[in-house]
Amino acid sequence: MPSLKDLKNRIESVKSTRKITKAMQMVAAAKLRRAQESAVSARPYAEQMQSVLGNLASSAADSASAPKLLSGTGADDVHLLIAATSERGLCGGFNSSIVRLVRAEANRLTESGKTVKILTIGKKGREQLKRDFAGAMVGHVDLSGHRRIGYQNARDIADDVLNRFEGGEFDVATIYFSRFKSVISQEPSAQRLVPASVDPSAEGERNFYEYEPGENEILAELLPRALATQIFTALLENAASEQGARMTAMDNATRNAGDMIDKLTIIYNRSRQAAITKELIEIISGAEAL
Amino acid sequence: MASSMRFELVTPEKSLASVLADAVDIPGAEGEMTAMPDHASVLTTLRPGFLKVRADGSKAEYMVTGGFVEITDSSVTVLAETVVPAEDATREQVARFAEAAETEVANSSGSDRDLAEKRLGEFRALQSALPR
Repeated sequence: MPSLKDLKNRIESVKSTRKITKAMQMVAAAKLRRAQESAVSARPYAEQMQSVLGNLASSAADSASAPKLLSGTGADDVHLLIAATSERGLCGGFNSSIVRLVRAEANRLTESGKTVKILTIGKKGREQLKRDFAGAMVGHVDLSGHRRIGYQNARDIADDVLNRFEGGEFDVATIYFSRFKSVISQEPSAQRLVPASVDPSAEGERNFYEYEPGENEILAELLPRALATQIFTALLENAASEQGARMTAMDNATRNAGDMIDKLTIIYNRSRQAAITKELIEIISGAEAL
Repeated sequence: MASSMRFELVTPEKSLASVLADAVDIPGAEGEMTAMPDHASVLTTLRPGFLKVRADGSKAEYMVTGGFVEITDSSVTVLAETVVPAEDATREQVARFAEAAETEVANSSGSDRDLAEKRLGEFRALQSALPR
């Protein structure tokens, strides 16, 4: 039976934990709103990019001169998995769920005889993936110094990926991130980057364009940008998901701390009462003995 | 016949403008062009330069560093990488872009190098066009 003093200390410590989780929840809520705003304002560009790309790709994909970024290398042997996770923990199952998806995919590819390379964005995913795929890690991007993710971050990553592609390091690249559905629901998803996945719905309305300069020149400029845009979208979705996941996790933590405080308080009061009763009995029996 | 068209200016980070316009001057890769309503559908790349939008007598100018323009009979959509309102554009800013282009020239080779050099030249031209 813990002493009254011990119980009191524990209640105090849980109370201060609750204060911290409550504060983190509120910070996450504020950050979430900002992250959601930037995700929403980045959407028009990404959508336009997809529709322009869809238009161009449908007319250029069949020709033999189509850029490799669009048509692929013709092989399907080396896969680059880009795992986008967060830099900080305490956000529930956010990182684990992305890592689980990447791990399952990596194992599936290895079993079917393909080579897997992993590029990680964010410290948390790297820590977890390093254990199982130490040999497959080809790079890591650290975003911890950036408070807000800008397009430049995405471009740097895209440049890195493009350099690797040109160097013949991989045939297929896929990015794994968490799609933000709502505050309580984030869905780990995959998006193929190379060869570029063209949204078939964008091909619905075909416009016939004149191209200045030629189609292939435009494609050559457009594809790297489309890649950067897709990475940017993924990073923004990820940022919003991370804050959403953290908010939910911290909300739960706050509630659990509250429950725990209630329970401990009851135990504390009971033992206090028991101690008082015991003392009274001692006094009364002492008086009777006289 | 449409008398005006929708002009949209979007960057990767946000949408900057979405207005009805009468005419838009575009610094296309193959030369300046002006898009007016009922223009033929064109898809072109941008070179560093000024984008001028005219609507109802008012006029807006933006400095762009590159990107794409999609012109249809009823809309002009500009997908630009970096946009600076013209009144805020300074020589120092352009100098920074030129510097980035310079490193690109130094780091590339072959046809990429030619492209980068061309870009650098365009930035230099833009720089001298701006008032001090």
